Amino acid sequence: MHIVNRELEGNSKGYWALLGGLGALILLGLFAAYNMEHHGHVITGMNNQIVWGLPHVFAVFLIVAASGALNVASVAGVFGNKAYKPLAPLSALLAIALLIGGLAVLMLDLGRADRAIITAWEVNPKSVFSWNVVLYSGFLGFAAAYLWTMLDKTVKPLYPFAAYGAFIWRLILTTGTGLIFGFLVARQAYGTGLLALMFIIYSLLYGTAVYVLVLMTAYLGGQRPLGAEVMRRMKNMLMIFIAASFYATLVYHLTNLYFAKEWEFERFILLDGGLYTTLFWVGQVIIGYAIPFVLMALPGTRDNRNMVALAAILIVLGALAQMYVTIIGGQAFPLQLFPGFTEKSSFFDGQIHQYIPSYWEWMLGIGGFAISLAMVAFAVKILRILPESLADEVADPHAKK
Amino acid sequence: MNQFEQYRRRFIGGALAATGAVMAPGVMLMQVAHSRAPEEGVSSKHRWGLLIDTSKCATGCNDCVTACNTENGLSGKTGLQDPQWIRKVELTNNNTGASHSLPMMCQHCEHPPCVDVCPTGASFKRADGIVLVDRHICIGCRYCMMACPYKARSLVHEDLNDTQLAHMPRGKGCVESCTLCMHKVDRGDGTTACAEACPEKAIVFGDLNDPSCEIAQRLATYASKEVRADLGLNTGVRYTGI
Repeated sequence: MHIVNRELEGNSKGYWALLGGLGALILLGLFAAYNMEHHGHVITGMNNQIVWGLPHVFAVFLIVAASGALNVASVAGVFGNKAYKPLAPLSALLAIALLIGGLAVLMLDLGRADRAIITAWEVNPKSVFSWNVVLYSGFLGFAAAYLWTMLDKTVKPLYPFAAYGAFIWRLILTTGTGLIFGFLVARQAYGTGLLALMFIIYSLLYGTAVYVLVLMTAYLGGQRPLGAEVMRRMKNMLMIFIAASFYATLVYHLTNLYFAKEWEFERFILLDGGLYTTLFWVGQVIIGYAIPFVLMALPGTRDNRNMVALAAILIVLGALAQMYVTIIGGQAFPLQLFPGFTEKSSFFDGQIHQYIPSYWEWMLGIGGFAISLAMVAFAVKILRILPESLADEVADPHAKK
Repeated sequence: MNQFEQYRRRFIGGALAATGAVMAPGVMLMQVAHSRAPEEGVSSKHRWGLLIDTSKCATGCNDCVTACNTENGLSGKTGLQDPQWIRKVELTNNNTGASHSLPMMCQHCEHPPCVDVCPTGASFKRADGIVLVDRHICIGCRYCMMACPYKARSLVHEDLNDTQLAHMPRGKGCVESCTLCMHKVDRGDGTTACAEACPEKAIVFGDLNDPSCEIAQRLATYASKEVRADLGLNTGVRYTGI
């Protein structure tokens, strides 16, 4: 059967409530940004010890998820799996939306957000941030071109170029995101190129989880059929990506555990780091990996799409926990200026750094999420992103039952 | 030669002598002071730095910190969000229990990680080795604070309420750190506020490149240490006694 893409009607009360709710969250986010600019970062929980806080947890999550959200499209466009072709436009759209949401948070958190544009002409070729300005812009360009070649048949000859370009670019993009931390020689949590690879693997999991949730919401709300076959494929991808993410995390910590100089740091994250230890084990490992994997593997729950949705929600929560542990936990552990000595000072040397996020930071971070989701909700109403039906006989008529 | 001509010649001679008398001390002083004219750029002939003798640095003495705060217009508050350009670090050896006290500030690295990561080039190193933040193009991203191995940098978290000094502009939302008292260095003071204030003369300021300088001579004579020497940053601030 032929696949027809059609705009979502988007006239239901639910749709307008969703858009209104997201709009309200965006306004709250902007209000927080205004206050942070007006009063300075003094109103946040961030300080001269924990310099990147909750906004960065949300921003980096969204940016990492953005490149991963493109994964579904790449399976069709690069790896030639036709079953994923109908799912591809939403994948590219979501990638663009998540990146813009993440960047908005990152920009609005700057100490001088009014000067963000300076990064366009004052470029430091050695700075990973400067590279990322190019990488983000390029990714938006490639993903937009990819979306265009999918939606407009007149530019179909360009489709493979856009598909491959976007795929390669997303790998470079997430490498760049990982290296923001990976190229920091100062801190024990960072300073390893492994972070680039970890972030690419994490991105596959996080992006696909967000994709699954958006897809299910759109088809439930739009009252369009979503077949079991699509759900089965999504579930299998999530399970593989959970396994890969767990493996990446394991290798990172095993590497550190092998080096005596990292023992104190590993003890902090894995054993006695309080909130960070809890977030690592309960948040990232149990909620983010173990429970979703079991839900999608057990015969009793694996064929239940609500359980897959629940798994995706848990993966997103685990992802935020991972970002919190990586970004804030990595800063909470003090710099070791004098190995072999106990350090004490008025600037909190040698002690675990304190950080309690303020509600302004929650508002800004959630506002970024809302920007991404509102963009998607708006775009599926005005563009032919979603197939009218993803029922099994339409989406994948040759699937083995 | 008529009388008028004689008078004219005497007058010209006198004027030249007077000019010479006025100019000479200035010319001589310039030679003595070695100071550079304001329009002259800083030169890589110099590498300014500090040598800190921790064996003279007393636990509990905070004079260098107080002097720095006064010199640069910092409040001196030590809350989580307050900027600190210099701090006293108390060290205890985990094995022997031996204790040391020392001031820690921007180490003015030859290869500063803060300069590498800065997206706009606001973090920069002058030709004479002083690492600074250009407050005009700092966007407040704090990447330099993530990158600095010495925790030397602070973000200005709130309004400064006109506490800035004319020679040391600061700004809410920008990052800042020790400038090695560049305004004093450029003026030719030949010292920094912390070095001046130290009652034990434990901090010596000077030109690491000038063999006649006390700091260069001491570095050539005694064993000294860079903090986190393993990072290979070649710091401009060195320590002895630890």
